[in-house]
Amino acid sequence: MASITFDRVTLQYPGAERPSVSDLSLHIDDGEFLVLVGPSGCGKSTTLRMLAGLEQVSEGSILIDDTDVTEKDPKDRDIAMVFQNYALYPHMTVAENMGFALKLAKKPKAEIRERVEEAAELLDLTEFLDRKPKALSGGQRQRVAMGRAIVRSPQVFCMDEPLSNLDAKLRVQTRSHIAGLQRRLGVTTVYVTHDQVEAMTMGDRVAVLDKGELQQVDTPRVLYSRPANVFVAGFVGSPAMNLVETEADAQGRVSLGGIALEGRTVEPGQRVTVGVRPEHLRPAAEDGIEVEVDLVEELGSDAYVYGTADLEGSPLVVARAVGDEIPEKGSRLRLSAEADLLHLFDTDSGLRID
Amino acid sequence: MTTTADSAPVKRRVRTGEGWGSYFSGGVIVLWCLLPFYWMMVVAFRDVSQTFNTTPWPTHLTLDNFVAALNTSGGNNLLRAVGNSLLVSAITTGIAVLLGVTVSYALARLNFKGKGFITGIILAASMFPGVALVTPLFQLFTDAGWIGTYQALIVPNISFALPLTIYTLTAFLHDLPWELEEAARVDGATRGQAFMKVILPLAAPAVFTTAILAFIATWNEYLLASQLSRPNVEPVTVAIARFAGDNPYIQPYAAIMAAGTIVTVPLVIMVLIFQRRIVAGLTAGGVKS
Repeated sequence: MASITFDRVTLQYPGAERPSVSDLSLHIDDGEFLVLVGPSGCGKSTTLRMLAGLEQVSEGSILIDDTDVTEKDPKDRDIAMVFQNYALYPHMTVAENMGFALKLAKKPKAEIRERVEEAAELLDLTEFLDRKPKALSGGQRQRVAMGRAIVRSPQVFCMDEPLSNLDAKLRVQTRSHIAGLQRRLGVTTVYVTHDQVEAMTMGDRVAVLDKGELQQVDTPRVLYSRPANVFVAGFVGSPAMNLVETEADAQGRVSLGGIALEGRTVEPGQRVTVGVRPEHLRPAAEDGIEVEVDLVEELGSDAYVYGTADLEGSPLVVARAVGDEIPEKGSRLRLSAEADLLHLFDTDSGLRID
Repeated sequence: MTTTADSAPVKRRVRTGEGWGSYFSGGVIVLWCLLPFYWMMVVAFRDVSQTFNTTPWPTHLTLDNFVAALNTSGGNNLLRAVGNSLLVSAITTGIAVLLGVTVSYALARLNFKGKGFITGIILAASMFPGVALVTPLFQLFTDAGWIGTYQALIVPNISFALPLTIYTLTAFLHDLPWELEEAARVDGATRGQAFMKVILPLAAPAVFTTAILAFIATWNEYLLASQLSRPNVEPVTVAIARFAGDNPYIQPYAAIMAAGTIVTVPLVIMVLIFQRRIVAGLTAGGVKS
């Protein structure tokens, strides 16, 4: 059990133009499940590998429970890691894979066997203990990789996209399995993924990274309802939030297709970005944004309507339609949203304006 | 194989068709390679008076030639030469593989200054013609008093074997999934432990392959050994070349063939032993993680 602190951590590879991770400060509480999420190349895996001791920190320090581990070897950090490709030792059986860390720690054989069997039971792996990894399916290998981490009862779990090699159905199952397991064991966990759905469903808190910089860290609900900047607004949620650029009027008021954003005034003439989530757009009779429908994606319970809006720069918008109100392709309709549900950002800085 | 009952006959026919082609080409290659050895053995087992008989199958069978080959009265000592060869080849292989593994690990895994330069030097060393080294080595070893010692054979052989071992091992280690090493280090292993317990077992097939290649190359080395050894330490290649018969004016071909057969046996045994390890290692290493 441990808390983790990243204190102004920077990592720059020699010869790289910009740091892979820059000035990252982040505190993770004991027992918390924190998800690092971002597009590829955002520095999320690098951050995790720095925590595990597999990458050298250029500046700043990493603390586990107030102990500075920045310069410590991976073996001295008491961290277990689940790798994207599982990294199971192919020449060892499942039991040997899971017990390898305990064997290195020179635990007695009886204890190793007991702990391996315990973990195997938890993960439904008992019947596979004598098999080699190559005789296992993808899902079983994934569980062995989890088991190898669990057996050690480490201070921290590091998980680097552990579900990305599973098929879609198994991924959803394993997702809830891992989240449940983590809550039961109560081990502080840092989990890396590029999939924002995974991030939102699993994490106690989610840290969004882009270009090596921390954009926002908060609970999934807050990330969804109050994104701190345009990047987070566009990254969290599926389909992505509609972001429309516009300009404030001479009084500094902003409106979008007749919907006035009350109570949020900016500089007169300031460039702003207005965001509205597809699920908040509703068909309207009178005012609202006029849209020509380009494409309709039927999902059964609801449908996503992709269209071109009659606004400055004719931006593409997405709206969710429910039930009988699903429009035809090529038709025109008006979409409106409650002003409270619109997000406002400064276009230059990208920051949220409240 | 996910062959259904319907498509099975078709598949089988296709496969036998391919089979004949590969058997034929394989047979040609085997014949091409093994024919000289076959003839060596035919002559070795044939009566000495029939040495130049060209009947293609074994006739006039006898073991006399082997007795002659092992006879030490004429100044020959084949068994001692076999022992010398075994000693020199084993020590050379051992040291070359040991050094090769460590150097390859560094070249495949670590980033350090001058890596490209070192790789180039190693390649250059393997390109150097051995014959150009005979004179300088002879001079050097004469000054050092090494002529006629085992180390005079072992040291140059190691430097010939090393580029080979380093190149094959570096290529293999380069392709190993290094996530495994990281996993081991997170599991509490030092770099050394991770190498010994995870990387080396996985590299075993490559290590054994290079060991075989190095052993064979050393076992067959003749040029340097012919100049740098003396009868008491000479390897089989030199011993057979110097083979003397009862009559100094007649080459004892049949006995030489018998000696050649005897000398090939340890090689074949060693390759068979290691080949089993190679196959075992390959199947155990089904890495695809």
